[in-house]
Amino acid sequence: MTTTVPEVIGVREAGGTWADDVRAIRVVWQRELIRFGRSRIRILTSLAQPVIFLFVLGGGLSSIVPAAAGGRTDFRTFMFPGVLAMTVLFTAIFSAVSIVWDREFGFLREMLVAPVSRGALLFGKCLGGASVATLQGSLMLVMAGLVHVPYTPLLLLVVLAEMALTAFVLTAFGMLVASRMAQVESFQFVMQLFVMPMFFLSGAVFPLHRLPRWLSVLTKIDPLSYAVDPMRRAVFSHLDAPPALVATLNPGMTWNGWRLPTLVELAVVAALGTMALAIAIIRFSRVD
Amino acid sequence: MTAVASPNGASVVDAADLRKRYDEVEAVRGVTFSVNPGEIFGFVGPNGAGKSTTISMLCTLIRPTGGTARVAGFDVVEHPTQVRRNIGLVFQDTTLDDYLTAKQNLRFHAELYGVPSSVVGPRLRAVLEMVGLWERRHSLVRTFSGGMKRRLEIARGLLHSPRVLFLDEPTVGLDPQTRSHIWAYINELRHQETITIFMTTHYMEEAEYCDRIAIIDDGRIVVVDTPEALKASVGKDRIELRTDDDAAAVKALKRNFGLEGTPCEGALAIHVEDGETFVPRLFAELGVPISSVRVSRPTLDDVFMTYTGRTIRDAEASASDRNRANPFMRATTRR
Repeated sequence: MTTTVPEVIGVREAGGTWADDVRAIRVVWQRELIRFGRSRIRILTSLAQPVIFLFVLGGGLSSIVPAAAGGRTDFRTFMFPGVLAMTVLFTAIFSAVSIVWDREFGFLREMLVAPVSRGALLFGKCLGGASVATLQGSLMLVMAGLVHVPYTPLLLLVVLAEMALTAFVLTAFGMLVASRMAQVESFQFVMQLFVMPMFFLSGAVFPLHRLPRWLSVLTKIDPLSYAVDPMRRAVFSHLDAPPALVATLNPGMTWNGWRLPTLVELAVVAALGTMALAIAIIRFSRVD
Repeated sequence: MTAVASPNGASVVDAADLRKRYDEVEAVRGVTFSVNPGEIFGFVGPNGAGKSTTISMLCTLIRPTGGTARVAGFDVVEHPTQVRRNIGLVFQDTTLDDYLTAKQNLRFHAELYGVPSSVVGPRLRAVLEMVGLWERRHSLVRTFSGGMKRRLEIARGLLHSPRVLFLDEPTVGLDPQTRSHIWAYINELRHQETITIFMTTHYMEEAEYCDRIAIIDDGRIVVVDTPEALKASVGKDRIELRTDDDAAAVKALKRNFGLEGTPCEGALAIHVEDGETFVPRLFAELGVPISSVRVSRPTLDDVFMTYTGRTIRDAEASASDRNRANPFMRATTRR
């Protein structure tokens, strides 16, 4: 066999510098985007669930929730921010769990044996998952007009930013769970044990007020509640709806009667996400 | 970093009493060996003998529980990043991203290893051409056959010009033709890149390609030497000859060479020190017409048998579960 063997190139002796880690973060992030772009079917099927929630469940419940007399705000309008959060949640968790697939299919080893820090790899993966989840959420955001949410540039921008933060934090949570997970099968447990409760307790599908005490407490523990509320506030601030209806559908998140400002809510989300990411990186960096 | 590569300039891989214990089992029980620059060094032994665990430690993927190891002059525990920069790895299970193209897989690798952007393009082309995959660079890896994937992994392992290339069971599950191609690449490489190859195999045929092999069984190195020396240490060559008159041949063997010919499936079997140089003498001096001759040398299977007292298959059967605890090894290594 004729083989041409390549010239030897100089291998840089330095290693473990921040520049190496930045490069690693970027390339891992790029990989997530390339893979997302390749999976058009996944993009479409991931839209099916939120669309069903919004138009079937939301449409159905609209008939029993009193709509404003003459107003165009109905239960679907209420659910819209919740469904955005849902899209981001499921996509983010799915992206995070892809690290288990990477482990299962071997690609993780290619990354782990490279001369870069494991923290950089996990952070890149997290950024990638967050970008993918934000993109998927944006596809839902396009449907705003169908449920009477106006396409105001400022509103879209604010919701997009809030989705991006939520996506990053949720991916970090997912990474925390997935970083040491050995089998893809465990994903089912994560979905049933964490993701579904997180979704239903977040105020995505029903307003968080006049709830039984135990339920109220659970909704305040749910980190996702602090991400759904800012999005809903943003949407409602651009609606022309009667105050009584707004009070029913947009009660806000309260601590002991104090209604949390949006910035505090976002700070809670960011703080929890940073913590999750830090722990995930520590767990992931442990060498057996 | 002040660490210096190969401070003593001698060996490229150095292990001293290297050990790895998982909760219940000690998968590697103190191995000591060194590999010289430019050498093809083979770890030969049954599945579960501790080969992959040793490689994982040398590649800084798992931490030794005892002993020390240096690769390319760097301690695997103290300077893992330097070790990683200087090694290439081809695992026994594929570690490619099926949903990326061949080129994208290599680009990913080049970025992770910090290959300077000015050399990435030519280097990428060179390694892909070497393994005959340049034409397929834009194909998704999922469309590749097992042999193509392995070739791509070898190309990737060489992309950053490592000083040591680790090949963990490089040809497991491949057809004989692909296997011999891969060996052709490995041999070429050794001549043209200044590279040391450390490989594991449980195929005795493959061990023959190595300059030196270490036979490992049950987490310990039993013996280290060249394949030739190991085979020579085991015993004599066996010659089977067919003649027109076996009875006369037996007498002639006894009279002319002092050898006992034993009938064996229509042929006569004899055992001599150096079969290949004995055959001409046999023809010249036997005096009985010979219709065919077959010389078989002792195989590494015989070597393994001699040094461990069991066949490699028996050893595999008894080693079944020992390495399951290694998170970087999958339970299904035999395909």
